[in-house]
This record gives sequence, C-alpha cells and structure tokens, in this order.
Amino acid sequence: MTSADPAIVRVLAADGAYVPSPAAEEYLPLVDALSDAELEQFYRDMVVIRAIDTQATNLQRQGQLALWPPSRGQEAAQVGSARASRPQDTVFPSYREHAVARIRGVDPVAIIRLMRGLSNGGWDPTDPANGNVRLYTLVLGSQVLHATGYAMSLVLDGKAGTGDPERDQAVIAYFGDGTTSQGDVHEAMVFAASFRTPEVFFLQNNQWAISVPVSTQSRVPLVQRGHGYGIPSVQVDGNDVLASYAVSRKALDEARGGAGPRFIEAVTYRMGAHTTSDDPTKYRGGDEEAAWAEKDPIVRMRAFLEGRGAAGSFFEDVEAEAADAAEDLRVRTVALPDPEPEAIFAHVYSDPHPLMDEQRAWRARYEATFETQDGGQA
Amino acid sequence: MTLETMSFGKALNAGMRKALEDDPRVLLMGEDIGALGGVFRVTEHLQRDFGPQRVIDTPLAESGIVGTAIGLAMGGYRPVCEIQFDGFVYPAFDQITSQLAKLTFRHEGALSLPVVIRIPYGGHVGAVEHHQESPEAYFTHTAGLRVVSPSTPNDAYWMIQEAIRSNDPVVFLEPKSRYWPKGEVDLSASALPLHASRVVRRGTDVTLVGHGAMVSTLLQAAALAEAEGTSCEVVDLRSLSPVDYGPILDSVRSTGRMVYAQEAPGFTSLGSEVAATVMERAFYSLEAPVLRVSGYDTPFPPAKLEGEYLPDPDRVLEAVDRALAY
Repeated sequence: MTSADPAIVRVLAADGAYVPSPAAEEYLPLVDALSDAELEQFYRDMVVIRAIDTQATNLQRQGQLALWPPSRGQEAAQVGSARASRPQDTVFPSYREHAVARIRGVDPVAIIRLMRGLSNGGWDPTDPANGNVRLYTLVLGSQVLHATGYAMSLVLDGKAGTGDPERDQAVIAYFGDGTTSQGDVHEAMVFAASFRTPEVFFLQNNQWAISVPVSTQSRVPLVQRGHGYGIPSVQVDGNDVLASYAVSRKALDEARGGAGPRFIEAVTYRMGAHTTSDDPTKYRGGDEEAAWAEKDPIVRMRAFLEGRGAAGSFFEDVEAEAADAAEDLRVRTVALPDPEPEAIFAHVYSDPHPLMDEQRAWRARYEATFETQDGGQA
Repeated sequence: MTLETMSFGKALNAGMRKALEDDPRVLLMGEDIGALGGVFRVTEHLQRDFGPQRVIDTPLAESGIVGTAIGLAMGGYRPVCEIQFDGFVYPAFDQITSQLAKLTFRHEGALSLPVVIRIPYGGHVGAVEHHQESPEAYFTHTAGLRVVSPSTPNDAYWMIQEAIRSNDPVVFLEPKSRYWPKGEVDLSASALPLHASRVVRRGTDVTLVGHGAMVSTLLQAAALAEAEGTSCEVVDLRSLSPVDYGPILDSVRSTGRMVYAQEAPGFTSLGSEVAATVMERAFYSLEAPVLRVSGYDTPFPPAKLEGEYLPDPDRVLEAVDRALAY
C-alpha cells in the first residue's frame, strides 16, 4: 500500500492535506456533508481513546490487569466505522475494538473487567446502554460467524431492506489480517453471500498477526478475499478517519438497505505490541515503526483541522478531556471488587442443573470447615 | 393415551414437526435437510411444509452451521442444527465447545443459547470411516452443554421437543442404527423429564447400564442371561450430561453388581465417569467392581470388522459372569 495506489480510498494525505485519491471520488459527498462538530468529534474520539488505551497499558505494567491489547494506531479505522454506524446496528468486535466499543456506549471499565480477570465478558450486550456491542471474542474469527448468523436473523425478521433507514438494521463484524486465514471467516463470507445478509465485514489490516507479517497470510491484497465470494469490497486507508467513515457509511447503508454484505479492508498499523505480553523488537524494525508513525491517524486529523482553522483552545480542551478520561479509568479500575466465588457456578447454564447445585453445596460445606466456633474464619 | 407405532426416525420427524408448529422461533438448519429430507430422511417433508426459511439448507460447513446458529439464537431464534454424521462434527468443535457452551457464562447470565445440535452417531450400519463414531465424551466433558441420547421412538419424539425447549445448548445424539426399528409412541403425554434415567427391565442380580443403541444390546443380553438363570436389571441412561444417578444407585444398592456398556472407546469415557461415581456413592453396596464393556481404544475399524469392535450381548454377558464370580 502506497500513496500511489489508485484503488485505495483516501481523503487526507499523511500530512493532513485534503487530497482525495481517485477511488475516493464517489465518497466525497459523504465527507463534505460532515459538519465541523462531527469532524471535531472524530478527532476527540481518537485522542480520548488513545489516552484510555495508554492508561490501560500502563495499568497492566503496574500489575492491575492480566493483559491489555493496545489499539494505538488503529483509532481512525475504528472511529470512522463506529461513527458511520446507526444506533440500531449491531457490532461484533474481536478484542481490540476499544474505540468502537466506547463510541457505541460501552464503559471502558467494562473492558477492564475482562482484562483484569473479573469476568469472561465484561458487559451486558442486551442492555441498550451498551449500543448493541456484543462481547469481545478471544478465539479469532469465531465472532464473524456469530455476526453472520445474527444478520441472518435480521433477514428472517424483515428488519433490513425495507427502505426505512431509521428502522432497518445492519451488522458490522470486526476482525484482523491474521484472522482472515481462519476458516470461520471464510465460512461466514460463504453464508453471508448465500443468504444476502445485511452485514459489513470490517477488516483492520494492522500488518502483523502478533509476529507474523500479513505477507504470510496472503499472496494478494486482502481486499481480494471479499471479491472471491462475490461480496463488493473496498480497500481504504485505515489511518484516514474521513475515508474510513465514508466507506463504512456507504457499506452499512447498502447492507441495511438490503443490497447484501460488504467487505472493507482498512489498511492501518498496530503501533504498539500485540498485547502487553508481546515484544515487537523480536520481529520488526524501528524503521518500519518510524515510517508508520509518520502516518499517525491523530496527527493527520489534527493537521487537517488546524488547516481549517480550528482554535488552539479546542485542542487544549480535547487534551484535558483525554487526561480526565485516563485518570477516571485508573481510579475506577483499582476500585473494582473481585468477583464472589459464587460466580464460578452462577451462569454456566440458564436452566437449573443438578451438578452445579451439588458442587455449590459441596464448596459451601468445605468452606464451612474453616469457620471457627464463633462464626469467624480460622 | 394416544398410541401410534412408528420408527425412531419418523418419531424424530414428528417431534420436530410439532416443535415447528408450536414455536415460530424454531428453525432447522443443516446440510441436505431440505428437499432431500436429510441423508437419513429424518427431516423429510419438513421444508415442503414449513418453507425454506424455517428448514434451511446450509452451505457445506459444520462450523458455519453452528456458528451462524449461535448468531441466530442471539437474534431470538431456537435453531436445531443437523450434523450429517458423527465424524463430521469436529470442524464445528470450536463453535460448540468454546462458543456455544461458554457464551451464557461469558455473558454472566444475560444471554441464553437455546441451540440443539443433532448428531446421528454410533455403529452397526456398515459404513465407511467417520460414519460410525461415538463422540459423546468430548461433549460431556464440556461445561455448559447438555447431552442426551434417546433409545426408543417414544423418547425420540419427546426428547427432541424437550431439547428444543431447553434454554441451554443440547447435543442430541441419535443412535443411527435405531432409526428404523419401530415402537409405540404415546402422543398424548411425555413420560419422563429430559434428564431422567430409566429402568427399562427389572432384575435382581446384576445392573446393566448403557445409552443409545447399546440399550437394545443390553436387553438382548438380559434375555439371554435370564435363560441361564441370571436376573439382570437394565437402566437406560437417556441423559449423558447431567447424569441422573438416582435409578442407577437404587438399582446397584439392590443388585450389588454393575456393568456399563458403550460403543465408544472405554478410556476416559462416559462409562468411566458413571463407574467412578457409583463406586463413590454405593461402595458398601457393591459385591464386585463396576465393570465396563466398551469399544476398543482404537479408531473405529473398517466396517467388516465392526462386529469384532462393537460390544455385543456375548461381551456383555462375559462381564456379567466376571461380576458374578466375585
């Protein structure tokens, strides 16, 4: 992917200049319709989530979390696509979609509950406050089939393709370049194409599947995978929030309207480690990281907004909000209580289950053997 | 009482027809289940009568079938997936064991997954590799799944409906060699809950326990034993997870001896689990060790050797003799 690649959709050059690529032409009305407030919101989203992401990474280093998968560098792809979705849409994330989750309404502390070892989920996707964001899925690609099945239910229920954009629903499934090698992703695209699901496959190609480069996953640009299933597919500069928004908006609108699935490859870069357990110095060089730092999505959007005359006070305000969000995350993370042991048995099954009852009762008897005669713990 | 005589396969078909009629959120999905009616014809005419949106011919992809069924369940449906043969379930193993089984726990109870996975299983049909296996232990070892296996047409009719009504995922194992024999189905009332085991023959000397197609083998063995003066009680497990130990323990406390028979390899099998639990809970009632009769710990052999591999009445009786010798 270079700036000379004619097929990629890009609106902003790396220096923030408004220089649409040829492929971006058809998307420009969507970009030009964005208000100053919306443009500023995109920037605000990216800066705040980066601060939260950095704070979470630090919290893991300080022993407060078991693990954290940083989203640093992928903010534009995530913010653009999430801001393109409608409230009635449903999101199936992988596990790095912190910006998407936050924009849709998930409290970042809910993600912390997963990463701190308090829950295997973290939030209730059936609570409307969480913006129809399903739980993170840690087995890569499994969630893409769930997304397709959910989109099949929308077809059966007549909840897509009626022509009413306020009511029609779509599904957006997030996954990465490594995950495109998983059979479940391919099966999901087969099912989606066969049943014409209202669904957008949103691939964030961040160049690395832990230590393995994308060249090991595919001999061809990943966007071609979508074409192979008869799914209209587009490659976008995933570090350009305006282009990411526009292609997502169009794909989601088409899917919601009943045109069938769409596939987006957002070309981006994982600026940090795969997770806090990873060491990128083992497999990639500083030159590559420096080259991608030049394409930082936040720097790019800031330059664009400055070029349009955004006030210095706006940027100061965003920095202050980001600092507050990061501090809030720290305060609330360290205050999170550990789960009660009852959580081991509570929700393994929905209906009553004798083995759970037996083991819960056994544990209570066992714990009781440690009690002293006055009822306290020995 | 409304009695009707039908084959096990027809009883399953009738049970699914009833479920489709009773609840518009019930869907059937799988390979070749529509116009063909499934390779065993268990879904015959259901697509004709309920339409292709409720009886869905899927692409040929087992993980895709189960994975999309999970998404459909998230959308409020109650999908019933057909896996064409036992040995074809493994491509869906992640979706069944890491997703379907664990999603309610992951959601801390906020989401139920009422998905049924139907799997024709077991031998005695002379088929090629991957078509005669007994994979139950993989699923009984996974928390979050319920696993059942009917052995009679009446149970097939009622248990499929109860499995579909369950709010938890159910692996529904259909002993394919029993698809054709007929039996009476009482259409008016279900006899037993889904997770109950049942004494199917009374006896006093040895308790024989098994599931699926092995129940008929145990009954044959019991009849042969009776001719030789040994009285065998036979228990049909019906539910493989959870196991209903009440009737088994009652029986063992009366007979003092137990043999578990299964087609599956014996190592870390359902029979191992039941034997261990009976030993723990009925130790002072036992006159002999609990014995297991199983398939060998080998791959399922070529069909011409399946008679050597699968436990038959003689192998069951050999274990009965050993139990009585203590």
